[in-house]
Amino acid sequence: MSDFLGYLLTGLGIGAGFALVGSGLVAIYRVTGVVNFAQGAFAVLAAMLTSTLLTAGLPHVLSELAAVAVAAVVGVLVGIVAIGKPGTDPGTSLIITLGLGVFAYAVEIVLWGDQPRSFPGLPGVATVGGARIQAHYLLILGVTVPVFLALAAFFSRTDLGKALSACASNRYAARVVGIDVRRMGLLAFALGGALGGLAGVLTTPVQQVTFDSDVTLIVNGFAAAVLGGLTRPGVALVGGLLLGVAQTLIAGYGWGAYQLEVALLLMLTVMIVQAARSGPVREAAR
Amino acid sequence: MTGAALEVSGASRAFGGVFAVRDVHLSVAPGELRAVIGPNGAGKSTLFALIGGQLAPDAGSVTLDGARIDRLAAHRRARLGVGVVFQAARIFHGLTALENVMVGAHGTTRAGFLAGALRLPAHYRTERLIRSRAMQCLRRTGLEGWADRPAASLPLGQQRALQLARALCGEPRLLLLDEPASGLRAGERAQLAALLSSLRGSGLTMLLIEHDVAFVMRLADQVTVLDLGRVIASGTPGTVRADPHVVSAYLGTAS
Repeated sequence: MSDFLGYLLTGLGIGAGFALVGSGLVAIYRVTGVVNFAQGAFAVLAAMLTSTLLTAGLPHVLSELAAVAVAAVVGVLVGIVAIGKPGTDPGTSLIITLGLGVFAYAVEIVLWGDQPRSFPGLPGVATVGGARIQAHYLLILGVTVPVFLALAAFFSRTDLGKALSACASNRYAARVVGIDVRRMGLLAFALGGALGGLAGVLTTPVQQVTFDSDVTLIVNGFAAAVLGGLTRPGVALVGGLLLGVAQTLIAGYGWGAYQLEVALLLMLTVMIVQAARSGPVREAAR
Repeated sequence: MTGAALEVSGASRAFGGVFAVRDVHLSVAPGELRAVIGPNGAGKSTLFALIGGQLAPDAGSVTLDGARIDRLAAHRRARLGVGVVFQAARIFHGLTALENVMVGAHGTTRAGFLAGALRLPAHYRTERLIRSRAMQCLRRTGLEGWADRPAASLPLGQQRALQLARALCGEPRLLLLDEPASGLRAGERAQLAALLSSLRGSGLTMLLIEHDVAFVMRLADQVTVLDLGRVIASGTPGTVRADPHVVSAYLGTAS
């Protein structure tokens, strides 16, 4: 039983990372209609940068925050390239983000090499209900949950959040009430960059990071996000956590080699079911 | 509310070599209600988009109170006071009716993101102000009973009215309406006509694209008739109605 509880908590911690990546995808997709395949690169970049900053002697928290801020800026840069030219359709932008994601490999290898990196997180072991887990997993959850609450409040309470929701709902109408849709798109990319970066800096102490870790993150993040039709951050959170728990249980009971396949299978199932039920997932900008 | 003067001169726009709008001149005085009519395919919707900012003209210019707006993005035009009501129900799903109308004030507020994020008193003052303005706009369009309902749950006629309320909350100086009467029942039509009259009474400049000739002839100060992308007649409803070009464009020539 305590084994199970341990797997559950570990899985929640891992799933929180997927959920953060997934919610970044959702934030960008809702506002711009673009599936951002460079989303995983934000996480890798922020994680690598944190390891460098920590090595250089910067304290924890400050290093992580700086890395997340840089990820947000990189998010804006990706956004400028992907949606900066007026009239770029979301399909084209998607391919651009895919290209930028591959380009990020080159940059990361030049700057940090191709070996796995990690850095220490919250030290120690926590005992919860008889299960012993690394304390860092609790930290991941302790950060992720408030971030999601803040995100929900941002979208529903603030003017800017409402303007973002307005863009997500109807671009034509958003423009005629004076909302700069392109600027909001870049803002969404910044938000996506920060969320991806946060996923990277939170999960690296328990998972290591290599330049191509983004594949695992994007597949799992996308699987989490697609559960809510790519438009509902709350569902992405639940999806991410479920995915994390499922994978940890599978690994824990001896099927570790099949973790990514589980995510892919889940993603496919959800997409097929959704396509059959509701037609196109996206509400076109009428 | 003071209306702005609208001037369209020599505006042309082609799609794949075919002119949708060709060398159109249009001059709307402040406070005037101008109707643009014409048969299907006359170029009404293209002209509407050229003024509203959904399209840019290939040639010619559009000015608002003397300042050129034809190269500006739609959101910049909105901030200069161009309000738009589309024919399609382009409302914000996922927000309530009241929130939809409040978002309409986006272009007029500069309270700032920081004040909002930090929940400063200035933010609450602006928010209260916009909320009460939005409620007024909902009352004016007969939607006060729907304020807290999800916008998507409103019947189609009410969704049109919601767009109108949203545009009014932005305190426009020029209001563009694309076939606002289409698909409305007789009673709703009469309400819309009364509202447009009262808006004209308050001095707002309006440009109304309409398919229903009878509806606009009662309301408009001036009527411009388009056919095949060109202006074929312009004047008071009386003169336009008697114009032989107009009659032949609508009914076809006998000769």
